Amino acid sequence: MGAISGQGVIAGILATGIRLAAPFLFASLGEMFAQRSGVFNLGLEGIMMMGAFAGFMTSLGTGSPWLGVLAAIGVGAALGLLMAFISVTMQAEQGISGIGLHMFCWGLSGLLFRVYLGFITSCKGFGPWNIPVLSHIPVLGPILFQHNWMVYFSLLLVPVSWFVLYRTTWGLKVRAVGTTPQAADTLGVNVNAIRYQCVVLGGAMAGLAGAFLTVGQANMYADNITAGRGFIAVALVYFGRWSPVGILLGSLLFSMMNALQLWIQVLGISFPYEFAVIMPYVMTIAALAVAVRRVWAPTALGKPFRREAG
Amino acid sequence: MKKHTGASDSLLQIGVLVGALVLALLVGAGLILLARADPVTAYKAMFTGPVSGRYGITESLVKATPLLLIGLGIIISFRSGILNIGGEGQMIAGSLAGAAVALALPNWPAAALLPLTMVVGVLAGAVWGGIAGWLKARLSVNEILSTVMLNQIAFQLNLYLIRGPMIDPQEVAYGTGCPQTALLPRSIWLPRIIRGTRFHWGLVIAVAFAVLVYIFLWRTIIGYRMRASGAGPQAARAAGIQVENYQIIAMAFAGGFAGLAGVVEVLGVHHRVLEGLSGGYGFSGIVVALFGRLHPLGCIPASIVFGMLTLGADMMQRAVSIPAAIVMAIQGLVVLFVVASDLLIRRPDLLRRRQAAARR
Repeated sequence: MGAISGQGVIAGILATGIRLAAPFLFASLGEMFAQRSGVFNLGLEGIMMMGAFAGFMTSLGTGSPWLGVLAAIGVGAALGLLMAFISVTMQAEQGISGIGLHMFCWGLSGLLFRVYLGFITSCKGFGPWNIPVLSHIPVLGPILFQHNWMVYFSLLLVPVSWFVLYRTTWGLKVRAVGTTPQAADTLGVNVNAIRYQCVVLGGAMAGLAGAFLTVGQANMYADNITAGRGFIAVALVYFGRWSPVGILLGSLLFSMMNALQLWIQVLGISFPYEFAVIMPYVMTIAALAVAVRRVWAPTALGKPFRREAG
Repeated sequence: MKKHTGASDSLLQIGVLVGALVLALLVGAGLILLARADPVTAYKAMFTGPVSGRYGITESLVKATPLLLIGLGIIISFRSGILNIGGEGQMIAGSLAGAAVALALPNWPAAALLPLTMVVGVLAGAVWGGIAGWLKARLSVNEILSTVMLNQIAFQLNLYLIRGPMIDPQEVAYGTGCPQTALLPRSIWLPRIIRGTRFHWGLVIAVAFAVLVYIFLWRTIIGYRMRASGAGPQAARAAGIQVENYQIIAMAFAGGFAGLAGVVEVLGVHHRVLEGLSGGYGFSGIVVALFGRLHPLGCIPASIVFGMLTLGADMMQRAVSIPAAIVMAIQGLVVLFVVASDLLIRRPDLLRRRQAAARR
């Protein structure tokens, strides 16, 4: 590692960490809205897989990563709609339905990958967009301002989500529906409509997160490309206590950890590869163990709304 | 709510299950079209394969064995109000620990080594599941997320061990380096029930356990308390039941059964630990448990149905080259349809009211 300076390594880890936070941010912020409205969508991992595949195939077929992103968002929203129907309209147990949705997407993406592709190839993705002036700042420039647009967009979504959740009427309705659905219903808020909107939004954002993995980062698709990130994103919503800022901190913590793990491999530090891969999963459990106190959870999370029960 | 007679109730339940499966297969036909193949030929290969001939029937039962064992554990955990998604990891833990013991003590007599191997496998699975139970009970960590993470951890640990410390010395000597352990002592392999097939005694063990789990859940105090914890934690607490402790026990049981599935798969089928041994059984076990309506005896036919479906998908892949991954998608749909139809089973009055409203 003599060739790379210590400062360069640290800057490299930080820059990689910022980039790797994007999929967590997209998926977790979307899931935050779903959970705030009272629906726990565990199918996120599967939706991300399908988003990654849709984004990749569309970019490969049309040569436009932009269309890939749109396709991924569309597929994610459609799968979100399916989850909303099962969990809101049919009032199914949300944990199990999420796992069912995950299995469906897992099998479907595996099937489509083998039929339509069958081998690893690369597609057109987004290149970095160096922000004028700012990207030339020493040290900070390469860390913060030499990424592709999806990375900036993911960071921008943090204040946007905060504003929507706490400063708009719709955000107020979302929070009301997730804590006191009976009261919200009495005041004329359509509980199930709000929940549908939130779960579809969450699905669309999980699709976007998947697209980031293919057209925003690797420019390729492989089986199981999500590698548990969707489940980690759900955990980050708990860890971030259902707030955009908490989710930002959690996402950065995890992506920095991931970046460190990647750099350990890049630098050839002798450390069993499998243990490096395990680190984020162990950390997820640790994070849930220290962070989760039910007090902050939306009180109606996981409970289907029945008007006649009120 | 009006009371229903037992017969019409179970008829409704069976009807809903069959409906869910048929609907999932219909959507599956759409997926086959998407895979640019003919659904009729594909399903013909999928459904006739497992029932025609000795190979199909015995292999279906071989696949049903781990499904049944894992499904039994999942029933115990679901009935206790805790969702175990960690079957994969627990199965790996059981297979690794069992194989490690058997490989370490090759000179032990089979009469002692076989039970020891199985007990160690069960315990390893129980510990792997118990961790999630403990985290849930003591630190209120969501068990679905922790078990998913424990799956990933077990998966990587397995890779590390079978590539490194536990790799077959022969693989190293020949330089092939295939990631798998050495073969277990032949004396403890589970005997085959039908010669020339892979059909082994594991299924008999699994069916015996299904009966035991039924007795355990419905005829013992611990089983009663576990079901009470699942049916209504508040009421159970008020009745003096320590719900949290029973959740830990339930997860340990669930893990133990998955661990047993792992060790039985090693002793009966592969005779060693290799990559991908768990092969989605942890997830399919959930489908089997739901399809058996969370009843240990219902789980027996359910495991056979899904054993056949899994084998059928393999045979379809070979016959008309549709990837077997489709069976995971179909199982996912079955889960979705079964949980969605719970509303109709729980509250048939809703269905009738809607019909009445439509008629008006």
